[in-house]
Amino acid sequence: MRRHHDMGGLAAGPVEISEHDYAPWEKRVDAIMRLLSDNKRRLLRVDELRRGIEDLGPGAYDQLSYYERWISSITNILIEKGVITVDELGRAIEDAKAHRREAHP
Amino acid sequence: MSGIQRHRHGHAGAPPHRHPPQPDLEDAPYTDCMAMTDAVAGLLIKKKVFTAGELRRMVEIIDSKSPAAGGKLVARAWVDKAFKKRLLKNVNAAAAEFDIDAGPIPIRCVENTAKIHNVIVCTLCSCYPRLLIGLPPDWYKSRAYRSRTIREPRAVLREFGTEIADGVEVRVHDSTADLRYMVLPMRPKGSERLNEKALAKLVTRDSMIGVTRLEDR
Amino acid sequence: MTARFAVGDKVRVRRAYPPGHLRTPCFIRGKPGRVTQVIGAYANPEELAYGRKGLPKRSLYWVQFRQTDLWPDYAGGAGDTAVVDVYEHWLEPAAARTRK
Repeated sequence: MRRHHDMGGLAAGPVEISEHDYAPWEKRVDAIMRLLSDNKRRLLRVDELRRGIEDLGPGAYDQLSYYERWISSITNILIEKGVITVDELGRAIEDAKAHRREAHP
Repeated sequence: MSGIQRHRHGHAGAPPHRHPPQPDLEDAPYTDCMAMTDAVAGLLIKKKVFTAGELRRMVEIIDSKSPAAGGKLVARAWVDKAFKKRLLKNVNAAAAEFDIDAGPIPIRCVENTAKIHNVIVCTLCSCYPRLLIGLPPDWYKSRAYRSRTIREPRAVLREFGTEIADGVEVRVHDSTADLRYMVLPMRPKGSERLNEKALAKLVTRDSMIGVTRLEDR
Repeated sequence: MTARFAVGDKVRVRRAYPPGHLRTPCFIRGKPGRVTQVIGAYANPEELAYGRKGLPKRSLYWVQFRQTDLWPDYAGGAGDTAVVDVYEHWLEPAAARTRK
């Protein structure tokens, strides 16, 4: 069985040579990962991040963007490890959305 | 997707041009993943896993990394044989000679010659020497690049406007494990009179990935 | 710890297709290659991925493959190669005639 992310050698179309400036939220995701995995904290390893991304499954893997995959994996693993709970995460997400609505009506 | 989109069209060597700016970031939709990012950051700060200041500083560090750091190393390697030897052995140590912190993950440098043209890919995810030369371009992380570069490198290089002669070996490195890679591109002909600083300015990110060569002058 | 393989050794990547987190891409499994560098010893990512220590460390090698060995329809130069970082436990000595 070949896992979905293991794509070396598969057929694909032309490389779309485009790039975008990274959005602030994407850099935040990267920064969160670097802090979580540094020597001071060692809460998450790159290997765990990758495993979490691979385990998102083919649908999510293809539909989510690069840093969307990252934050999904990071969040799942933090829940798995008990660093955050599902309950507090759910509340915090709703708070974040409400805060955003107030700031940008 | 927020941020300015850039597409490369046309022939080899043409720099990417910028499209008209996208709507302001504030106007961009606030997606579930963006909300999750803010939520997770807030929780981790609340739980004192890190401080808001540490997070801000880390974003600044990310912003501070650029291909210019790699350019400095390449230019020095072109003019100083002993440094080149050190660079090919251990990029992180070589970078430290310039007070550049390339991070703990080992970076290796592979040298392009008249006989060998190297190109870097990570088929399994998108490993890239980010702590040295900054975040990778979207295309490096794309399905098409990750799938095809290992199998038909010359065709992919052609899409970047790069043609490698038959007698030259195209060597694709798949960074599957603990190392990251950068290419030491060949010094362009006609650059003999340039000083090290000017040489460093010639070096492009794409030449350090290996999808382009630096044009002779 | 000593590395099992040395530079110049002809090796073959094991044919196995387990689930889990692996850093041995499918396109090299079962393929013959040559060790061109002994990079060092690293903790096993297959275990690190699940929060375990991944010890004992495994030797990591540069294994160079001829593109014509990897892809039956390879259309590039005959001398083209691919170099992949491969962990020792995925490598076997390449099948050779017994020389006794």
